[in-house]
Formats: sequence, C-alpha cells, structure tokens
Amino acid sequence: MAKERVAVVGVGQTQHQATRGDVSMAGLVREAASRALTDAGMTWQDIDAVVVGKAPDFFEGIMMPELYLADALGANGKPLFRVHTAGSVGGSTAIVAAQLVQAGIHERVLTVAFEKQSESEAMWALSMPIPFQPPLHAGAGGYFAPHIRSYMARSNAPDHIGILVALKDRTNALANPYAHLHEHEITFDSIKDSLMLWDPVRYAETCPSSDGACAMVLANEAVADRADKPVAWIKGTAMRSEPTMSADRDPVLPRGGSDCAADVYRQAGITDPRRDVDCVEMYVPFSWFEPMWLENLHFAPSGDGWRYVEDGVTQMDGDLPVNMSGGVLSSNPIGASGMLRFAEAALQVRGQAGEHQVDGARTAVGHAYGGGSQFFAMWVVGSDKP
Amino acid sequence: MRDVAVIAFAQMPSVRAETVLNDVEMLMPVIQDVRRRAGLDQQQIGFTCSGSTDYLSGQAFSFVSTLDGVGPWPPIQESHVEMDGAWALYEAWVKLQLGELDTALVYCYGKSAPGPIHEVLSRQLDPYHVAPLWPDAVSLAALQARSMLDAGKATEAQFAEVVARSRRNALNNPNAQLAWDRSAADLLAEEPMVDPLRMSDCPPISDGASAVILAAGDRARELCSRPAWIRGIDHRIEPMALGLRDLTVSASTRLAGEKAGIGDAPVDVAELHAPFSPQELILREALGLGEHANVNPSGGALAANPVMVAGLTRIGEVAQRIIDGTASRGVAHATSGPCLQQNLVCVMEGEG
Repeated sequence: MAKERVAVVGVGQTQHQATRGDVSMAGLVREAASRALTDAGMTWQDIDAVVVGKAPDFFEGIMMPELYLADALGANGKPLFRVHTAGSVGGSTAIVAAQLVQAGIHERVLTVAFEKQSESEAMWALSMPIPFQPPLHAGAGGYFAPHIRSYMARSNAPDHIGILVALKDRTNALANPYAHLHEHEITFDSIKDSLMLWDPVRYAETCPSSDGACAMVLANEAVADRADKPVAWIKGTAMRSEPTMSADRDPVLPRGGSDCAADVYRQAGITDPRRDVDCVEMYVPFSWFEPMWLENLHFAPSGDGWRYVEDGVTQMDGDLPVNMSGGVLSSNPIGASGMLRFAEAALQVRGQAGEHQVDGARTAVGHAYGGGSQFFAMWVVGSDKP
Repeated sequence: MRDVAVIAFAQMPSVRAETVLNDVEMLMPVIQDVRRRAGLDQQQIGFTCSGSTDYLSGQAFSFVSTLDGVGPWPPIQESHVEMDGAWALYEAWVKLQLGELDTALVYCYGKSAPGPIHEVLSRQLDPYHVAPLWPDAVSLAALQARSMLDAGKATEAQFAEVVARSRRNALNNPNAQLAWDRSAADLLAEEPMVDPLRMSDCPPISDGASAVILAAGDRARELCSRPAWIRGIDHRIEPMALGLRDLTVSASTRLAGEKAGIGDAPVDVAELHAPFSPQELILREALGLGEHANVNPSGGALAANPVMVAGLTRIGEVAQRIIDGTASRGVAHATSGPCLQQNLVCVMEGEG
C-alpha cells in the first residue's frame, strides 16, 4: 500500500523564555499554533486533526493537559491525540502527525509540542529515585555525565571540546530571535570559568529550562502543491527504543540511535550522511552530546566526532552546520525541544530560517532523543519532492 | 485503508488493589499471555505502543521502566501515549496502514488504588479556574446524571437497570471485579451517595492491565483463524468545560461512530466504556443502539474500571467474541476526560 507524500507547510514557535508569565498554557500553545497556521496560510477550520506532544505531566502539575487545551487548539469535533515518549516526544509527535497524512487518513494535521516548565521544578522531576539506593544524581546532567566521561576516555578527546560546542550553539542562538538564551557576552573563557555542575559538564554547557511551544502544519501533496511558500518534503521518519538497563546496550553510543539513523537515511536515499546532508538539528542538551551524536548518527567515524567540533566542521560556515538555531543548549522547553529540531530542519530546506539560514540547504536532518539515551526519533526533510 | 485485525487479546482480572506486585510485574504476565496467544515473540512484532499515565504511578517517565519489562532489545519501533490503551491501539493501527509493518503489540496498565483516584482525576481539569476547586470525578458524573434527569431523558430507575444488568453480566466474566445479581428495585432503595448517583451507579476502583495484538492482511490470517477485522476506527474530542457542552448527549461519540461506519450494518455486540451508569444511556443513543442491543456482556466499566485500561479492554472484549465466533460484528467504545469529553469508536467484524 503506497504512502501519501507529506510536507511541512507551516512552522510556528513561541518566544522561549525561563518563565512565560504573560501566558497561560493555552496562550503558550496558541501562540505557536497560530503562527504555524499563519505561515501555512490556513485557519483553524482547515485543520483535520491535532497531535500534541509533551514530556511528563508532572512538569506542569496537570494530568493530560491536552484535554484542557482542546479549545485552545481548535480541536472541538476533531481527533486530538497525545504522544509521550520522554525527551524524544517532540520528534515522535511530528512523526505520528506525519503518519496520519501518509496513511491518507487526514489531509492537514496540526502538531504542537510544548512545556511550561516554570510551573514546576523540572530538575527534580527528572531525578528519579531508584529504590534501595542513595540518590546518585540530581538532574539529567548527573545521569549523563558518566556517559560523557566514558566517551572522552574512549576517544581520547581533549577536555575543551564541550566548551567549543557550547560556544557555537549559544553564538548561533544570537541569530535566532526565538531562542531563550541570548548571551551576548559569552566567550570560551566565560564558559570554562563557569561552575562545574557534573564533571565535565559546566553550568554554561548545560541546557536552560524553558517555557515554550513549537507547532507545524503537515499536509498531503495536493495541499502542499498549492502552498504559497516553499514546503519541506518529509523524505523519511524513524523511531527506535531500547531498554534503560541491559547488558547488551551501550548507553554512550546507543544502537537505537544508530539503527534509527540508518533507517531514516535508507528511506531518504542518503548513502553518505556527511556529504548528502546539508545541515543537522540534533538534540544536544549537554555540550558533549554533539561529538557523541555525530558518531552515533553516522556523520563522523567512530572516535572522531570531537575532531569535527575542533575543526569547525559543525560551525555555521563549516561543512556540516549543526544546531544553527542554537539547539537545545539555547532553548529547552523539554516537550517541545524535539519538535523544534524537526521544525528548524524544515525551516532550513524551505529557506525560511532567517539569519540562521544555511545557504542552499536542500536536505536537513532533525533528531530527538530521550530517556536514558534510549528513545530516538528522526526525520529527513528536503526541498525537492521525493 | 489496509485491512488490520485484532488477532489476540489478554487481560488480568481487575482487582481492588494489587498490593504485592508493582505496575510492571502486574502487567508482564498479560503481555506474555497475549504474545503466546498470537504465537509471536517480541522480536517478531513490528511495532509496540502503550498507554498509561504518570498520575497513576506517581512517577514521571513511568512508562520507561515498563518498556524495559517488554524487552526492547535489539532496539524496537515503539511509541507511547499518555492516554487509554484504546488510543495506543489507534496509533498502532495508523502505523500498520503505512504498509511497512504487519504486526503490533498494544498494552496498557494502571493502578487506581494507591492514590485517591477521584481526586487525582481532578488534576485533568482547567488548572486556573476549575482544578483549584477539586471537583472529584464522581461529583462531575453526578452533574451529568442530574442533567439527564432534569432533561427528562432518563429516570433513576433506568440508571439502576443499567447497573443491574451490567453486574449480572459480570458474573460470566472471570476478569470482572464487581459482579452480583441484584434487582434494579433493590438498587433504587439505596441512599444516593453523590445525588443522584448511588454507590452502585459508580465504577469500582480497579488495578488492571490488558493487551492486544494487531495484524494486517494475510499476516492476520496466518496467525488467527478468525481475525476481528477493524472496519472503522475514529476518535473525537469536545471542549472540556462542562458548561460548553450538552451533557445529556455525546456529540463526539456520535461523530466518531459515524466516521467508523457503525451505521453500515447492525452490530451483534457493543462494549461501551461507561464508568457511570447514566453514561451508558448517553452512549447508546449516540451510537444508535436500541434497547435490544447486546451491551456490555462483560459487565463493562461498572464491573471493572482500571483507568487507562478499560477502553482497550472494551475493544478486546468485542474482538475476542468475534475471534471465538460468538459475534459477527461489534462496536467498542473508549472514553477519556470528564463526563465523556473524548471518545473513540472501533467497529470490528469477522469474516464468514
């Protein structure tokens, strides 16, 4: 049975900020969704179905908040769906939305991902007590720092690589008006001198906690062909999950991420990722995940991810720009972060990324991960119809 | 649309409280059972999707530990919804429509016992204007029941008849939690608990789990001699605010039923997710089920109401009857949100 073609015809996001005290949750999602509809040249009435994604509901203290948000999302009388796949959720939500179009069930789907983290204490919501053990970490960084140290040991990477990534992403964010962090004074030394939180991850190499939302309108070929603006054709989508604990797994370079990438590249006809992909938005919440994911996603040979960082390959003017938007290091409304990666990739191939546009980008990858580096969602988008 | 069927269903007997086994231990035998019924091991299954909520387990990311129990190695294609398992089934059905995968495992679980479930559910409500009043789920259902009575659409005797029939049917269901044979007149003699609802009009508090295997086309025929083919499936939502809806009807159920093709042919059996007895009457009307329809032979949610599970179980109960050959065509319904805010309808049929 043939799949329908599907394209991103509209993108919207909020001003990401530590606390969006000016909007309720409804206001937050509506800000992003309205912008996506406007970008798509559509109104609420044009939408057939709404797919919402967000991370654990303890982050806001509301159980299944999409039920309450049905009005705000124009979903009255429509199917409303809520995906929750931990940190990868923004990506998997977009994939579920795309599948509704690919299966020919709906023509136009609005997908929204959000987090209003200021309404809770996200760091502690991320610190799960394990029975019969003393608390070994506080916050997600505490969980991942040992993985990072393992990567450094395996690859003999020099200590400063993480700092270079943070500097790049936060500098890139200066050109993204929606980004949470706009650190005009940031330097290599200001990062190096910042407080060490979970060795080797310093405060300045750590994602912020943000309120924010991202939305996209996905449409089938007939609708996309009539769009006023360039669209981003979805050339492949993939998801993989692996266990939290298993003697077989490698949490540093997870097979799930590797398999997910191989699957999505196969769908998109990508045989040499470094060459075939023009730019990447990958989920880097702590600086060192950039070199790690470069290897995991087959852009760099094993052990060489950090060299790409050092050599400037992933800079805006490099061979393979990564996180042109500033990435998760610059804005992290957790539930939305995966969708922001997917949306920013779409903006790139539509030529709509404004001051953080990669010239001539025609093929872009969006990547999201979650849990203990165990959930992966990716898509490949392109300017040309597949 | 690609032909997709339910080919296996498993559930645990719902209990008032599972105090010994944790959520995952409670669920694992159900997953093993459904895989065994389908003759598949985890690596042979194309896609896995689950439904659950952190607000029952009291832990953020609770579905993650559960997935470990399913054994996702080598890495699998998997997703999760913060919704009743019926919607996890919907996502799996959509995935199978794409033609790349032929089978899916759908599971759901939840313990309502550990916390005050009726207050916990109030955390779904409008956080700024309604939730601070802590309206519990029974009180909200009572408002809906009152609307029915005031509109002349039902009597308390009719509520009691739903209760009597459901709990009597449950005597034939080894997985039901609350089953007895009492007359409607007997039930009417009870004092109301939250007027006009009597305790018997309300669902039990349940810990439970259920699972389904879906398969497409010829793969379904290989694995099952009489698959329960999904002829139509649709879901719709209404505004949450009770004042914005006519609580005596379920417009979203009616619409979902139309889209799912319930009107195409008569149904032999209907399993409706109606935790409160007045809701069954509302749903019958929405789905065009007359007084002679065979509704909730399992006892329905009045017999066992594990939150996040009861919806998928309705689909499983209909599917099992088709698989067993005791029904030809059936409709299953699942609900979510206060007073039937969101509804899913699934129409299934056997061949021959």
